[in-house]
Amino acid sequence: MAKRSIVPFGPQHPVLPEPVHLDLVLEDEVVVGAVPSIGFVHRGLEKLVETKDYKEYVYIAERVCGICSFGHGMGYCEAVERVMNIDVPPRAKYLRTIWMEMSRIHSHLLWLGLLADALGFESLFMQSWRLREKILDMFDLTTGGRVIFSVNTPGGVLKDVDASMLHQLLQTIDGMEQDLRPVSDAFLREYTVGTRLHGLGVLKPEDAVQLGAVGPMLRASGVPYDARKLGYAAYGDLAFEPIVLTDGDSYARCELRLREIFQSFHLIRQAVAKLPNGPIAVPVKGNPDGEYFMRIEQPRGEAVYYVRANGTKFLDRFRLRTPTTSNIPPMLELLKGCQLADVPLLILTIDPCISCTER
Amino acid sequence: MGKLAKSPWLLHYDGSSCNGCDIEVLACTTPVYDIERFGIINTGDPFQADILLITGGINSQSESVVKQIYSQMPNPKVVVAVGICACTGGIFKTCYNIKGGVDTVIPVDIYVPGCAARPQAIIDGVVKALALLEQKRADYAAQRRSASQEGGIVRGADQ
Repeated sequence: MAKRSIVPFGPQHPVLPEPVHLDLVLEDEVVVGAVPSIGFVHRGLEKLVETKDYKEYVYIAERVCGICSFGHGMGYCEAVERVMNIDVPPRAKYLRTIWMEMSRIHSHLLWLGLLADALGFESLFMQSWRLREKILDMFDLTTGGRVIFSVNTPGGVLKDVDASMLHQLLQTIDGMEQDLRPVSDAFLREYTVGTRLHGLGVLKPEDAVQLGAVGPMLRASGVPYDARKLGYAAYGDLAFEPIVLTDGDSYARCELRLREIFQSFHLIRQAVAKLPNGPIAVPVKGNPDGEYFMRIEQPRGEAVYYVRANGTKFLDRFRLRTPTTSNIPPMLELLKGCQLADVPLLILTIDPCISCTER
Repeated sequence: MGKLAKSPWLLHYDGSSCNGCDIEVLACTTPVYDIERFGIINTGDPFQADILLITGGINSQSESVVKQIYSQMPNPKVVVAVGICACTGGIFKTCYNIKGGVDTVIPVDIYVPGCAARPQAIIDGVVKALALLEQKRADYAAQRRSASQEGGIVRGADQ
């Protein structure tokens, strides 16, 4: 029998910018088990809901994570709005949709860059992040922030966009779409990338459902589930079908995210074309009373926002179930049986966001 | 400019931040801002690093990791606190689990405020760190010279 050894992975390590720790149980070079330990980024943000009033808490909610920032602010606001029965103006709904899709583009490009970096493909990493800067410039133009935007508020959004901004946005995504094609070809057709990704970490559809995978993990395994189809914000008015692939390996997860970027370009064009005129927010008076369970599709998968209010300006409870939390059990299954050298890649293919997970 | 300031190596650690400043630190190394053209390399190894870029307000669990990384870095070394959470604790200051600022755990030389800190501000902080690194190196060398004249041995200047 091969000798067992335990290799610690993290918390400070070169693969991710975030600290995560795994104890990898090895038999020779093969991983037979992985024990995660988390808590390096835990800040206790859910508890702050008791000391910040419900309008102020939006700024905490979006600082749960700097990558998924817009979605967290939006999910929290949508939940509070439903508790208070606020009718958000259509223009605000469309603006939220446009910014959410821009977040998806920037998050997926960030992930592609990190994947290329983990493969040792440095120029592809640089190309992905060069493209990502263009969408950050558009965030800078329309919201004033690069990673934290603070544009959501219960009742609508805080900033409006004018015709020249929309024109620039459309021009930028047209340019990006052209520039992304060669990058996409490098990921999908390059021999070296293919040899590392094909057949690595196959997640079967039934396992994906049973272990609770969400987002690109789930859709790459052939399960057509996308929370955007619930029709929150302006998604109900836009024509799109979730992208589904059937292979379930790392290559499929990479291809899926690339195709979702092109889908987001398409969604932004639709939303800009349909963008209605009118106010961007309604005044919100009084305090929320009641509870709501809101689901939205973040770039990494479905996130759940639970809000319970008691009629005062402080909420009783805010609970957030992030996509990475539910993607960790399938990841631990995938790690079993892989080579030690593939561990960083496999951890990356779930697109982990530790800051969201630990809050 | 001395030889250290020409090609300092960076080490980045996320001490309980929200990721916002971390991706901005990474964005500094990519084509648009590209600090690597100055010879600055982002390393993963504390033993090779001259400048520690640290983000976030440090929680109880990451405290020991931060102390360990700091002690592993060779002298002279400069610590740059990136983002308002690393400077003071920022929006998370009242959280039960947050120490409130990197300087509660290890000595900090340069503070870069902002939520999230912009790449331009981070680069400015790193450039200020270069001058400080050169000065620390000169101080350290002078200290060693005077010690060797007296026949003594100098351990790490700030440990």
